[in-house]
Amino acid sequence: MNPGSKALAEFVAEATEILDALGKDLLVLDERRGQEADPELVNGIFRAAHSLKGLSGLFGQERISRLAHGTEDLLDRLRLGRLHLDDTALDALIEALDAFQALLAEAARGSESEPLTRRVEDMTARLAGLGSPPVSVDEDPLDRLELDPQVRSVFTEYEEHRLRENVRRGVSLWRVRAAFDLSDFDKGLADLNARLKPLGEVISTLPSARPGGTHGIAFDLIFGAQATGEALEAGLKGTPAELSPLVVRPAATHAAAQALARAVEPPASTRATLSRVDAPAAPVKRGGKKKGARAGTTTKGAQKSLLPSTDAEGADSSGPGDALTPSGAPRGPGDALVPVTPSGLQSPAGSPGASVAYLQGAGGTQRVRAVVMETPSTGTASPARPEGDTSLRSLTQTVRVDIGRLDGLINMVGELLLIKANLQRLAESARQDGAVALSKLFGQELARETRGLERKLEALQEGLLEARMVPVGQVFDKLARLVRRITREAGKEIEFVIGGGEVELDKLIVEELSDPLMHLIRNAIDHGVESPEARLAAGKPRRAVVALRAEQKGNHVVIEVSDDGAGIDEMRVREVALTRGLITFSQAQEMGRRELLNLIFLPGFSTARSVSELSGRGVGLDVVKNNLGNLSGIIDVWSERGKGTAFHLTLPVTLAIIRALVVGVSGRTYAVPLNSVLEILSVQPKDIRTVERREVLDLRGQTLPFMRLARMFALPERPVNRYFVVVVGLAQERLGIAVDELHGQQDIVTKPLGGRLQSVRGISGATDLGNRRTVLVLDVAALLEEGLAVERRRA
Amino acid sequence: MRVKVLIVEDSKASREYIAAMVEAVEGIEAIVTSSGFEALKLLPRHRFELIITDINMPDINGLELINFVKKNPNYRDVPLFIITTEGREQDRDRGMALGATEYLVKPFLPGSLEELLRRYLKLP
Repeated sequence: MNPGSKALAEFVAEATEILDALGKDLLVLDERRGQEADPELVNGIFRAAHSLKGLSGLFGQERISRLAHGTEDLLDRLRLGRLHLDDTALDALIEALDAFQALLAEAARGSESEPLTRRVEDMTARLAGLGSPPVSVDEDPLDRLELDPQVRSVFTEYEEHRLRENVRRGVSLWRVRAAFDLSDFDKGLADLNARLKPLGEVISTLPSARPGGTHGIAFDLIFGAQATGEALEAGLKGTPAELSPLVVRPAATHAAAQALARAVEPPASTRATLSRVDAPAAPVKRGGKKKGARAGTTTKGAQKSLLPSTDAEGADSSGPGDALTPSGAPRGPGDALVPVTPSGLQSPAGSPGASVAYLQGAGGTQRVRAVVMETPSTGTASPARPEGDTSLRSLTQTVRVDIGRLDGLINMVGELLLIKANLQRLAESARQDGAVALSKLFGQELARETRGLERKLEALQEGLLEARMVPVGQVFDKLARLVRRITREAGKEIEFVIGGGEVELDKLIVEELSDPLMHLIRNAIDHGVESPEARLAAGKPRRAVVALRAEQKGNHVVIEVSDDGAGIDEMRVREVALTRGLITFSQAQEMGRRELLNLIFLPGFSTARSVSELSGRGVGLDVVKNNLGNLSGIIDVWSERGKGTAFHLTLPVTLAIIRALVVGVSGRTYAVPLNSVLEILSVQPKDIRTVERREVLDLRGQTLPFMRLARMFALPERPVNRYFVVVVGLAQERLGIAVDELHGQQDIVTKPLGGRLQSVRGISGATDLGNRRTVLVLDVAALLEEGLAVERRRA
Repeated sequence: MRVKVLIVEDSKASREYIAAMVEAVEGIEAIVTSSGFEALKLLPRHRFELIITDINMPDINGLELINFVKKNPNYRDVPLFIITTEGREQDRDRGMALGATEYLVKPFLPGSLEELLRRYLKLP
């Protein structure tokens, strides 16, 4: 079967969705470790694995299909109650999810790496070996339920299991029959389900075989009620539902029933004798008791969940991981990462050049970033990811759009067409009455229509931009999953706090954010946070807090990654920077604490390789900074000894249409993306100082590198009595760019330059200013690099 | 006039893929839906010559759909194929017992589906 590339893209898109849903559900299970798992949740995860198996099988993705098969089998045993969901099983499922993501990444670029294949084989074998043989039950409790065998034959294995569980637990069972109009029965059923849910479990929904007239349809719902018959009737008042109890015959013998109950019931639930079960009236009492027992379990679980990583870690270091390993397969914190080759996962195509092509190909023409990515200084394509970590970047370029938003856009297009018709009419009348001088009234009418057109176009633009927006929580959720693993590997105790997940950002930005964020969080856990013992010694709570928060501030979104750890030791930073020759001794002497802290963003600061492979302060923060620079983002660091560290990432809400400052230099016009403009100064030539043959400005006590744009582009310089200095910043770097004139702000869409112009340094593209004037757009990142490169040469 | 085939499958990619296989056979129009509920609504609106359904679906399961179709005098003679996956033999057997005509185990080859379609739709 050769599905072709479009089919492959569809496959990847849907598989990604399935994995996202799977990850979310697993996270819930993970958070509620130790509690009895919600059957619906387990069934949901099972369904996801099942869909993934079918889907990948259909598209010839054998490795995914094989692993999904193993995962589905395990989940099937779990949901059918043949296996208890313990830490071992849950860890295996979380590991499988990791593997799925790696597999999908390979599938997306059409490759298959040997280590991953082996990992899949190991994992499949391990999944199959999990769990104990099913509890043998002599008598099937379902046989005691008086139910039309016809009805029973329509149940899936799972529905049958849920029914069996309900009978076994002595829950009263009902048949709820309701007839609806064929046109809107789904609404009626949804309403009915919403009313039933709080009262118990809807086990099955059967469309009645009897045709309910030409326009009607009847359903039988099989319902296990936690509430009394009266409560049930009260709850269903006003619906077309009719209730009838299903009769359960008493168990064979009393003793057998008790033995049965002991054998199969989880310890937390009430163990009542089954002899009470048969009478439909009995559930009144049982329902109450049951609720109490449930609430007890929940409270216990909630307390437990306050210290999740504590016990998970203790158990993991020696327990499940090793126990799971058959025949000495590589395992343990470091080894677990090995099978995923770094080169295989670093970028969609594995090399920097190819990754540029990927970005350009996938995103249309307006992306400036793609040009920036080519700079070789980035090193590898996306080394922000520590080796072994699966990229959280999603594999698809699709955006799900709320139907309401789309409808709004379509309406807007309709209104635009109306305006167009009006304008057409005006044009027609102008043509016909051409000889007659155009009346003032005509002019007014034309002006009104044009204004309307402008407003609508603005709204349309805004609406389209909104359609590209996704909540940043999409990435946060994925990160939350990883935190547990990293925490365990680092031997720390951490509470991970998330806030502002609903804040929306351009899909492309959200995508690109996952790697830098993961990197910062990993740093916080590895280096920011102290060990539990060190924290206690310092008089801090044992568990550290690592927080990830997003907040919208005007046209920007600020994302904060913070920890309450030891803070950054700036003297150590100074030492490292000096040893590595990143600064001179005299420079170091002049530097304040803030400036010293900012040194951690310098390329070459990373101590990763020299100290150990995984640890070392400031692992590749320069790469994080570069990644953010590509998104026109700014990064700032705050740190206080003993109190913690916080990184603030300031990002534009969108990259597609940007606001630009239009400036003039030597009679030429350029556009500067406004999101990288921090402020504008008016400077007299005497304010410019020269330090070591470089021009600088003093800005509020700090030295600001200064660049004359005219000189940079070798334009004739005009003598002026004052410069406008546009202060730009990307990541933590700042530069003052001198221009002659300011022309104001405008929305622009940057188009990439083709051919020879592409390599002109300092220009990212061109844009049309509307009056048929095409101007060049400055590449702030490149200009900063240029300005700072000179400075570094000096150092 | 092309004959109409109803495809009920909740996975979008699978659905589109199967629909493409079905429509690759000349003379067939595929009508697709993602849920059993939608299928119940579509049944009286079209004259389907064949139905292909998945078993594990969110609202009503495929078995319930089969039962509904096979008990209803208007649809009971319509051939019905189940799409199933390896490991779900009990569900498959129940579907066949309820009156499904054929079953296909994912992944299946387009050729095998085409052959079945031609046979039951009596296409040349």
